[in-house]
Amino acid sequence: MIELGKYAGTVAAAYGASVLLLAGVILQTIRANARARRELEEHENRG
Amino acid sequence: MSIWEYANPVKFMRTSGAVLPWAVAGAAICTVAGLVWGFLTPLDYKQGATVKIIFLHVPAALMAINIWLMMLVTSLIWLIRRHHVSALAAKAAAPVGAVMTLIALITGAIWGQPMWGTWWEWDPRLTSFLILFLFYLGYMALWEAVENPDSAADLTSVLCLVGSVFALLSRYAVNFWNQGLHQGASLSLAPGERMAAVYRYPLYLTMAGFFLLFVALLLIRTRTEIRRRRLAALLAREMRK
Repeated sequence: MIELGKYAGTVAAAYGASVLLLAGVILQTIRANARARRELEEHENRG
Repeated sequence: MSIWEYANPVKFMRTSGAVLPWAVAGAAICTVAGLVWGFLTPLDYKQGATVKIIFLHVPAALMAINIWLMMLVTSLIWLIRRHHVSALAAKAAAPVGAVMTLIALITGAIWGQPMWGTWWEWDPRLTSFLILFLFYLGYMALWEAVENPDSAADLTSVLCLVGSVFALLSRYAVNFWNQGLHQGASLSLAPGERMAAVYRYPLYLTMAGFFLLFVALLLIRTRTEIRRRRLAALLAREMRK
């Protein structure tokens, strides 16, 4: 069991906020890349 | 072989496509392992469990400054040699840098409340870091505000040069002014100030993880920008016909 003592909320808030921000930028990066690839492929396939 | 070959978008796409899976795997392994290892470290005798925040705060702050410096180098390459991929790499790096700066600011505030007794202090390092974050936002806004991509690259490159003062200030503010709440370097090699190995090694691992995460995101985002630029060029060519 991980012991966090009286600062459990503080540590959880720091990790929670950071994970959310990192997940957000990763997700946005992947989605934007997939969209750009799809749009370019569709255009090139149309000739 | 010259490094300038990678200024060719085709060459960049081919090479980055090969490197990307390794960067993603390395980032995932180092970041997750480093954070889990850091989370399992013992409580500090002074800071208690809040010491575990260092495994997020220090790598994020390190990357916040170094991403801006990377943007400075690629902006200079654009201004001097007019390589489009370098300008697009700077544009691609900015949102990741902004997120890293925000993580450093938020985790610092969360740690500061119980340790310093305040969420925020207009301390030289904290203030210069906040200004660096505002520069990131301004840099991204400027890219979106200017329609002509070459003009946008010129203007954002100049903004990047100006912002580099604050990137360096945020790194050395503690040394310059020697005042404020923020302590000196976390990874000091000075006798008596060296971090205990039990915290130092997981910190090294998370630093490597954050660096590889940045490399992976930078490659993906630059590839996205190249694809968008290619599509815009194709559409412009069709409009002229």
